[in-house]
Amino acid sequence: MRRIVSSPMLRRGLAAIALLIVSVFLIDMLSDYRQSQVSSVAYLAIAAGGLSVLIGLNGQLSLGHGAFMAIGAYTVAKMLQDGKEAPMLVLLVAAVIVTALVGAIVAVAAARLQGPYVAGATLALAVAVPALAVHFRDALGGEPGLRVSSPDVPTSIDDALFFLTGTETGTSQWLATVSVACLVVTFLLLRNLSQSRVGRQWRAVRDDPVAAQLAGINLGRSRIVCFIVSAACAGLAGGLMAMVTRVAAPSGFTLILSLTLLMAVVLGGLGTLTGALIGAALLTLLPTYVTNAGSSLGLSDLQSAELAPLVLGLTTIAVVLLAPAGLVGSIAPALRRLRTPSTDTSVTTTITRGEQS
Amino acid sequence: MSRNHLRAALAASTAAVVLAGCGAGGRDASSGGDSEGGDTTGVTDTTISVGTHQPLTGVAAPGYSEINTGMKAYFDYVNEAGGIHGRKLELTVKDDGYNPTNTSKVVDELVLKDNVFAILGGLGTPTHTAVVDFLNKEEVPDLFVSSGAQLWGNDPEARPWTFGWQPDYEIEGKIMGQWIKENKPNAKVGLFLQGDELGGDGEKGLRQYVDDQIVERVEYASGNTDIGPQISKLKASGADLVVGFNTPSYTALSQLTSMKLGYDPTWIYTNVGSDPKLAGELLSTFSKGKVKGGGALDGAMTTEYIPGVGEESPWVDLWEKVWKEQGGKGELTNYRVYGMSQAYLFASALQASGKDLTRERIVDVIEKDAKNWPGPNLAPFRYSADSHLGISGMRMAEIKGLKTTPLTDVLVTDIGDAEITKDETDVAAVAPPKDGLPDVEVLK
Amino acid sequence: MQLINTLLGGFSVGMIYAAFALALVLIWQSTRIVNFAQAPMAMITTFIALKVIESGASYWIGFTVALVAGLVLGALVERLVIRYVDHDNHINPVILTLGLFIVLHALAAIVFGSSFRSFPAAFDLTGIKVGGETLALTPFSIFTILVVVAVMAALRLLFMKTDLGLTMRATAFNREVASVLGVKVNRALTLGWALAALVGSLSGLLIAGGGLVHPAYMDGVVVYGFVAAVLGGLDSPAGAVVGGLVMGIVLALVSGYLGSGLVPLAALIVLVVVLLVRPGGLFSTTKERTV
Repeated sequence: MRRIVSSPMLRRGLAAIALLIVSVFLIDMLSDYRQSQVSSVAYLAIAAGGLSVLIGLNGQLSLGHGAFMAIGAYTVAKMLQDGKEAPMLVLLVAAVIVTALVGAIVAVAAARLQGPYVAGATLALAVAVPALAVHFRDALGGEPGLRVSSPDVPTSIDDALFFLTGTETGTSQWLATVSVACLVVTFLLLRNLSQSRVGRQWRAVRDDPVAAQLAGINLGRSRIVCFIVSAACAGLAGGLMAMVTRVAAPSGFTLILSLTLLMAVVLGGLGTLTGALIGAALLTLLPTYVTNAGSSLGLSDLQSAELAPLVLGLTTIAVVLLAPAGLVGSIAPALRRLRTPSTDTSVTTTITRGEQS
Repeated sequence: MSRNHLRAALAASTAAVVLAGCGAGGRDASSGGDSEGGDTTGVTDTTISVGTHQPLTGVAAPGYSEINTGMKAYFDYVNEAGGIHGRKLELTVKDDGYNPTNTSKVVDELVLKDNVFAILGGLGTPTHTAVVDFLNKEEVPDLFVSSGAQLWGNDPEARPWTFGWQPDYEIEGKIMGQWIKENKPNAKVGLFLQGDELGGDGEKGLRQYVDDQIVERVEYASGNTDIGPQISKLKASGADLVVGFNTPSYTALSQLTSMKLGYDPTWIYTNVGSDPKLAGELLSTFSKGKVKGGGALDGAMTTEYIPGVGEESPWVDLWEKVWKEQGGKGELTNYRVYGMSQAYLFASALQASGKDLTRERIVDVIEKDAKNWPGPNLAPFRYSADSHLGISGMRMAEIKGLKTTPLTDVLVTDIGDAEITKDETDVAAVAPPKDGLPDVEVLK
Repeated sequence: MQLINTLLGGFSVGMIYAAFALALVLIWQSTRIVNFAQAPMAMITTFIALKVIESGASYWIGFTVALVAGLVLGALVERLVIRYVDHDNHINPVILTLGLFIVLHALAAIVFGSSFRSFPAAFDLTGIKVGGETLALTPFSIFTILVVVAVMAALRLLFMKTDLGLTMRATAFNREVASVLGVKVNRALTLGWALAALVGSLSGLLIAGGGLVHPAYMDGVVVYGFVAAVLGGLDSPAGAVVGGLVMGIVLALVSGYLGSGLVPLAALIVLVVVLLVRPGGLFSTTKERTV
């Protein structure tokens, strides 16, 4: 036991398994609607996590992650077309691989560009991919998109879950459980990567490319790998999204999606996974609360619906100007300072970098 | 991760369990559950809750966003008179912006969170396609979809809970096609189609009659408002008669773009896109009054299957009365009439279902009896065990100013290669009950 | 004939992209920020114009109001928001302008509504007839071309021949040195943003004329305008104009002959090719970093 607890990676693994088991039970207790909300938070958090790592740890600003989500979604949709069935694992792995391949192509181009140019190129990507779905109407369903039939719960899983929880497993429960499982696994992987040598190289490339190169790090390769990992996360998220929303259509992957994903990541805290989770939760839950608040203030339904992005945008601006490290990046060091009153130079670095140990 | 963090993670999980216990609702308490006869979700002793998804924003909003105000007005009219079998009607309208991803989301809310009894008049072909399977899986009555795709009624075995309402685009295409063949046999026909079933089904119907006359077909993607290339292509092909299966915004855009390119064919627009008042409003702003609001679509043709504003009809008189008493801002428009007509049919179905209202019952009643009920439809419904498709026919009409004048009798047909015949049932002559409330008998 | 019409259409739209790209370049030159929020800023001023016109005023009054609103909006954004961002981190300013993008979008939807409204055109929208054929060139497109050219000429005059222009160029070239030499740097920056927003508003009005407007109608222009600016070189106003025209024509050709769904992809390909072959843009004068 002592050996397990002393190794960070094993500790994380253990925590992950614990979280997974707890989640299965928690999800089972929720209503259908809440379960679909859990799925939504989960897959958005996966995409946000990947984006947070890319921007926060590696310094590449991608505005086109909506496009990668689209690729993942359409992959799953195509595989489930016309009543075809496939095991869940196969679907998700396919979404990840296809998106990673496209991500690799984009990454190679992006690695040679700087700051605003990467932003602009990925912006163009975010607009181009949905338009392609419209153009290739026969294969990709055009504007209406492709219908995705919700996959049935595999009998083995149904039996296993029944054994654990004593209740039947509906589709939304199955999807919520799968989404949360993917989230736990993804975050575990991202965490391990970011704490490893690879992650340290990413940070070095971000902070001082010249020094990194002098230290022998291949800038291009480092950036490309990070980009691909990030894109793969978005692809996984998109695949899950297709199954939860039961449709893969261009209008589901607008520029606004890419931008709000970015906002969420910034708000939570660039480079942190907790921040990504908070951001995803905000994106899913904030609209309902803000819309209700708007209605009680006398705004029409349509106006209230727009309050959510307004609040999100304003908060992001405030965060960028006042607390660039985001919620997690600003609160965590503050909490740490409260706990350890002795001055520590590492605290200062943590504040500006927005990292967690 | 440090030891502290591991402990923290486990503590957090425990906290999450507690929190979830507070927030979770368990299995839906308000789902109503099954009574001995069937599913009474959304029905109480005093209320029936109904949901719909509509494009209140976005490119399809002009015109279509008014439909739900008509539905609501008629519901209020019924509620004012005491409701149906003592139950008042509640309508929840959710905006999907004509965006299938949103439709999926809001229908989830309506069915899983708001626990509505039925979905009424879900609007849009691409949008409703995204949710039709879900609604059938969840066994929610999906009544009178506001779209002419065949998906809503051509396979009652696969989709027993879904019913269409308006004539589908294929029979509209057929009736238009026959009219063109008989009246304009030498015309060079061009097709202006929305890139989905709206365009596709219309084309299928048209080609059954005028395939040899069609010289060009173009498609547009809803949301992309630059249709210059498409209109150029039509012009270059020499088409002098263009049939448009498109939404109202694109009627205005096609007129405007044609004007820009100096192209002046005869236009025939599908009923769902042909409101002259709306097109006129959009066009007169574009051209700063050069194209006057009234005359925007003069000379263009369309089809009609319910009487419209300005026509001599006891139904239109009823709608004017309902709108005056219960309507909100603005005047009665054909889109509001559309919504009222759907609401009237729904109220008739509730009436015929009797006091023991369940989801299964209302579907059964519509399938067996709806074609016998009086309604504003000019041709009978096709509802039966073999088809859940709606109104079986229409007549051609010409647009002049803000009104239409009929060009033919009411013609009926069906999808596939069914023939077109004159309607002999004279459904069009039936008037509404004096008080405007359905008084059909409860089905045994 | 279709080719000529396509090229003509592309030329008119290209001028609008040129104007938008010019706005981006102006801001880049003065503050080294890419203003992704330029599109919704232009959209808002166009909506203000629409409100003015709908309440009875003439098109030209609405036009002028939009331009003035642009000036004011640009100045306000610089003064209240941009000035306080941390410039050293190259990511923060981008996120800032993107946050503005979302905020302005949502504000427009709340204040003006999300429905698609038609926007009038100042001049006739019927194509000009030449020898019996109708060209895809309307009096309105001619107006568009002339106005953009006039604005560019006016800006060039401002920058090259006036003291104010000199001040702004100095600030853009080296802020610290200019400040030391007594230039009122802050005022120059505000003015730079105000002028850029004015040009942006103009492009918004021209795109809207004779078409449908709604809160997202300018979003495509952000991408195409940005590619146009990069194509010509973010440091070069002349490059912005050339870039805009090239984009307009190329995209019109793609739309007409290959399909409108491929247009954004074409823009992406153009962008990537230019950035990989000539990272500074066609007219660049600065050397790119070789790390």
